[in-house]
Amino acid sequence: MRVASRTRRRISLIGIVSVLLLVGISMSVHRHLTADVPWLPGEEKLIWSIEASVEFVGNGRPAKVTLRRPIDQQGFSVLSESGASPGYGLAFLDDDDLPAAQWTTREATGLQRLYYRAEVLQRSAGGNGEAAPPPALRTPSWEEPYATAVNAILDQAYRQSSDPFTMARQLTGLFRAAEPAQDVQLLINGVGEDNLTELLADMLQSRDIPAATVYGLMLEDGRRRQRLRPLLRVWSEDQSQVFRLDPASEEARRPLLLWQPTRGYTLEVEGGSSSELYFSMIRSERTDYGQVARALGTANDWLGFSIHDLPIEEQAMFKTILLLPVGALVVCLLRILVGLRTSGTFMPVLIALAFIETSLLTGLIGFLLVVSVGLMIRSYMSHLNLLLVARISAVIITVIAIIALFSVFSYEVGLTEGLKITFFPMIILSWTVERMSILWEEEGWKEVAIQGSGSLLTAIAAYLAMTNPWIRHLSFNFIGLQLVVLALIILLGNYSGYRLLELRRFRAMINPKPGTS
Amino acid sequence: MGILSRVLARPASLRELGIVGMNRRNIDLIARLNPRRLYPLVDNKLRTKQLAEEHGIPVPGLIHAVDTQRDIRELPRLLARRSGFCIKPAKGSGGKGILVITGRKPGEFIKSSGMSLRLRDISHHVSNILSGLFSLGGSPDTAVIEELIEPDPIYDDLSVEGVPDIRIIVYRGVPIMAMMRLSTRASDGKANLHQGAVGVGLCIQSGRSVNAVQFNDLVATHPDSGADLRSIEIPNWHDMLELSARCADATGLGYLGCDVVLDVNRGPLLLELNARPGLAIQIANGSGLAPRVAAVDELLASALLESPADRASRAQSMFAVLT
Repeated sequence: MRVASRTRRRISLIGIVSVLLLVGISMSVHRHLTADVPWLPGEEKLIWSIEASVEFVGNGRPAKVTLRRPIDQQGFSVLSESGASPGYGLAFLDDDDLPAAQWTTREATGLQRLYYRAEVLQRSAGGNGEAAPPPALRTPSWEEPYATAVNAILDQAYRQSSDPFTMARQLTGLFRAAEPAQDVQLLINGVGEDNLTELLADMLQSRDIPAATVYGLMLEDGRRRQRLRPLLRVWSEDQSQVFRLDPASEEARRPLLLWQPTRGYTLEVEGGSSSELYFSMIRSERTDYGQVARALGTANDWLGFSIHDLPIEEQAMFKTILLLPVGALVVCLLRILVGLRTSGTFMPVLIALAFIETSLLTGLIGFLLVVSVGLMIRSYMSHLNLLLVARISAVIITVIAIIALFSVFSYEVGLTEGLKITFFPMIILSWTVERMSILWEEEGWKEVAIQGSGSLLTAIAAYLAMTNPWIRHLSFNFIGLQLVVLALIILLGNYSGYRLLELRRFRAMINPKPGTS
Repeated sequence: MGILSRVLARPASLRELGIVGMNRRNIDLIARLNPRRLYPLVDNKLRTKQLAEEHGIPVPGLIHAVDTQRDIRELPRLLARRSGFCIKPAKGSGGKGILVITGRKPGEFIKSSGMSLRLRDISHHVSNILSGLFSLGGSPDTAVIEELIEPDPIYDDLSVEGVPDIRIIVYRGVPIMAMMRLSTRASDGKANLHQGAVGVGLCIQSGRSVNAVQFNDLVATHPDSGADLRSIEIPNWHDMLELSARCADATGLGYLGCDVVLDVNRGPLLLELNARPGLAIQIANGSGLAPRVAAVDELLASALLESPADRASRAQSMFAVLT
């Protein structure tokens, strides 16, 4: 019966641990894949801040300006958007799959300037942007002599290709040639350089291939007054491809953000004239995924719901809080596997937190100073036979006095490092002093030395773990790993083997050493 | 081999000896067998005493339990005709706050160390106990005033200060291991092995010493008095084992440490109980707890042993040669 209950307990334990591991790891993998957060720190994320400025001349009547906004797409995710436009009402419209920003005002006179700003994350792969649906097929027609030329060129491109994409590539190749063929030149001259993309789209449409002119932005750091580029987009079944017509080859390698992913207007101005649309952009690299993840978190499914939805300030707080489980794991390891004795179970973690603020050496010196002076004063106080609460309170005040004294002293001497001593958790230090002092009276200084050094060793180990850049990165960016830590701690809580120090404690039993007899 | 094996024991050899480590004790013995709700029974000496009396387990006689500061005014009347007594905090641990008065002079009380105290000093000590000076977490406490134990003369040379007590580990109602703890000068009169007290392992069958250690080293004589530690034999041994088995029944704890003393007039008396007894007893006995735990598990799987006397006898026959 006893054995049965033990195996049942074991099974439920394995169940809990494997569920925690499974959920934790799959949450982390999911986050890695969808939010593109790397496993290693230091892989910085490219973020483009893009500003679109709309200029137009108002004619004194109500004005309505509608500007397309970029959407998530292959290689890019929109993180945040904002608009600036004094005197205008601004609305972000999200209807019919093509989001837009709309500025409205009762009266617009003279030159007007409106700004729209987006932060866009450039991603290595993936992306949840679906391809915009292909436009409806039209049947364009041309007059002679263009019709013959169009058909001849299309026939040639058709012969030299296998599917709509290769056909589009052939076609753009023909138009991009340094010395175009005669009928190509005829068409170029006929419609003009600026309308070539539209012409190509029409030509492909006439052969029942869905194609449209779309607009995109070449991203280059620090560029201002950039315009959208017309691009040829071709659809075939579920897929689509974008072709650039402009020949400049070094530009072709630049990242291309589709601003207007399908046929339609990019900017519409009612109640104004002479409208212009310019773009400027700045590239930045960030290792802080908070903002990145926040935008992605809300855009993604429930698994994305997370701490990263919080304002930046609260996130900074959680960065520390999420490290505490790591510290707790270190304490578990050192107590259960090694058998170190510490004064106060999790006191070392809190001391390690203080070390993070003070830096290790300053922290160690400060800790030793405060505790040893505290112990001296406390040993005097034990003559007063105070009651516990009053005693602890007196120790707290003493600790504060020591800290204040050291701060002032180190400042006077010119050691600004000493000021960091104020980062220590004073109540915890007071309890440490109190506990150590009782230990001293009851068990002697040896036990104080054992537990004191055990506490410091644990604190240093926890500090090293909690300041490790990789661990910091993982603990903050992959919340799922907290479950993995929990699973490990549960496993450790069931370890019934020997502790490392017990191998030392019981070693005399293996070969008993006869003493004086 | 080499340095490592001199500093550390191999886990496999410890396992062979059946040594129980802290982790295993906490998981397999304490967490499994000792429900937390039973802890207050043993963490409060007054409750332990009352429980023991309800179950007919002999304990040192209670003079009075002082639980309010007003009660302190009763002390002169209570102590007037007592020549010796002992004052303990009910929730104290590790011998803290224990005051032993062994003699009287007019207007003065003589401590076991020879120092004399006034009644005022004793009242102050009781007041400190009540306000929680010696209790865990500083919670308000009760001062227990007990009659003195008159130790059996066989103990005379065995302890420098205080009465040597016998710790018996009771597993599922069956005594499985025992040791006597002798304070030394090195341990400053304390009975904790890691502080330098001598641990004398006792054979469960006979109550004879099997092994004696101080600071993990084997010793043959008491380091201070020179008394021979190899020839100790505890009288009334069966009664002592039976008493410890009855304590397990009274508390319901499956892994229990019983501290027993032998009074010259009254026989074995229960001093206190411990729900988290330590593992140093294995070193004192030179053998591990695990084989004995397994033997009891096997025994209880087939036999139902109702009476404590039966269990004590069974333990004596089972652990005869396991020394």
